[in-house]
Amino acid sequence: MGAIYRREMGSFFTSGLGYVFLTVFYAFSGYFFYTKVIESGISDTSPMFASMFIMFIFLIPVLTMRLLSEEKKNRTDQGLLTAPVNLWEIVMGKYLAAFTLFLIAECIVFVYALLLRYLGSVVWTSLIGNFAAMLFLGAAFIAIGLFVSSLTENQMSAAVVSFVVMIVFYLFDETLLLRVSNDRIREILSALSFRTRYYEFTKGVFSLSSIIFFLSTAFLFNFFTVKVLEKRRWS
Amino acid sequence: MIEVKNLTKRYGEKLAVNDISFTVEKGEILGFLGPNGAGKSTTMNMLTGYISSTSGQILINGKDIFTQPKEAKANIGYLPEIPPLYMDMTVDAYLNFMFDLKKCKLPRRAHLQDVCDLCKISDVRKRVIKNLSKGYKQRVGLAQALINNPPVLILDEPTVGLDPNQIIEIRTLIKKLGKKHTVILSSHILPEIQAVCDRIIIINKGTVAADGTADEIAKNITNEHKMTMRIEGETHTASDKEKITAAIRAIEGVKYVRADMEREKGIYDYDIETDGKTDVRREINKICGENGWNIMMLQLSDLTLEDIFLKITMGEQLELQRKKEEKKPRVKINLVTEGSEEAAASDEENTEEKETDENEEKSENAGGDK
Repeated sequence: MGAIYRREMGSFFTSGLGYVFLTVFYAFSGYFFYTKVIESGISDTSPMFASMFIMFIFLIPVLTMRLLSEEKKNRTDQGLLTAPVNLWEIVMGKYLAAFTLFLIAECIVFVYALLLRYLGSVVWTSLIGNFAAMLFLGAAFIAIGLFVSSLTENQMSAAVVSFVVMIVFYLFDETLLLRVSNDRIREILSALSFRTRYYEFTKGVFSLSSIIFFLSTAFLFNFFTVKVLEKRRWS
Repeated sequence: MIEVKNLTKRYGEKLAVNDISFTVEKGEILGFLGPNGAGKSTTMNMLTGYISSTSGQILINGKDIFTQPKEAKANIGYLPEIPPLYMDMTVDAYLNFMFDLKKCKLPRRAHLQDVCDLCKISDVRKRVIKNLSKGYKQRVGLAQALINNPPVLILDEPTVGLDPNQIIEIRTLIKKLGKKHTVILSSHILPEIQAVCDRIIIINKGTVAADGTADEIAKNITNEHKMTMRIEGETHTASDKEKITAAIRAIEGVKYVRADMEREKGIYDYDIETDGKTDVRREINKICGENGWNIMMLQLSDLTLEDIFLKITMGEQLELQRKKEEKKPRVKINLVTEGSEEAAASDEENTEEKETDENEEKSENAGGDK
């Protein structure tokens, strides 16, 4: 696992993808920080995080698109799958590499927090809550992106498909939930809403069920990815 | 070292590998020979655990590749048809990655240096793989397979795309490796297999068509033996030819004799075919002695590996060719009647042929890919 993780991390920076990801993210989050926090004079960082959520929907597919699709296309998967490692090590190595980059990007908020502290006061509960929310959401979304990447040989289609999947999850509340008239069904569906759970965190509420929800989504999609790799051998 | 029992792979309707069994002993270099699409790559992909088999068992060093994949894979170094290289890495970074991936416990620096020296890539270690020539890429692929000194090496067409010098280098390298490792090598290039391998398995249409050394296969495949003799008659005239032909034909075991062209004055070549059971050379020698004829040369022309290969693999294709030829005249008759469209029609014919060729290639690729 370590070897794959290190290779992926290296590849993010030799291919330039990592720089692009970080630059775009830092640029936009800086912009959001300036407009939503500093300019508006509110020390609550929640509006900034809400915008960052949308940024990640665009950027996570970029992070995950080539993780497995490129391996298949360049036939380097033959090297991985014939090495004495199991599929979980391969998937987790790649997953954690993408997650690390995501984490590096997200940690920029602490720089903003320091700036904010210099200018005024920081609402730490809101900041930590939002940070954790973003972390769990990212964990789930990266697993989804990795799964989509395992389905195709074309990194562009992997990016587009995972973007669409994430948008669907994001708009889940407006598009589907509001239109369900049956209360029982709506109740069940709302338990699956990413956004409801996400906003719960942003208010500083750490609910165990939400943590489990995000982590199990991440686990489930990584499990699917392993199954896709396994199935390919049997086709 | 490697035991394969009743290995079968099915892609939907297509039977890619059909009930193959063989064993490879330690230190043996086994050559997999077969036309494109015969199932060589599929078999190798199964041996290395890249794809699963539909049925059958593979034991690598006593470890089953499916029930104990980690242990079995640790014994294998694999060079696939397309080397699994990450183009954006340097050779050094890549080999270090493979070293870690294989969880190699050997001293890193010394081992990688050994491998690089062996594959002659020490001078390109700092370069990015993308920028290397095909020959170097192939050698980096081989180096990768050698990391962790696996007892079994599986090399899928290791010399494809190399220039003659590099081919010779790789061959000598494989021979050298064969002393320490068990090697399975696939190729559709006959001289290569003949030059390198102790034992040959010919695969055709997913089945083992022949198994043994080149000589053994030659013996099994045909019981006819051919030889050419050059004999000097006593009178140096054409009448010698008749006499000698008749005398040789009379020998038991000789099936066919034909006098060929005159090589020197009064010296003719005789093509002789025997039933393969009796050795007629002594008898011929005796007769020649009795009659005062001189044997100037005797050359056995047993079937070459190439002949055998063609015989095994081309049987059906020759039939297909015949069928094609049967079809062709009909097209030609059309051409004659239509006259002016001749050019266009013949073009069509050409494209048709091309298409079928391409389709064949595609199906072969598809077979190898999965």
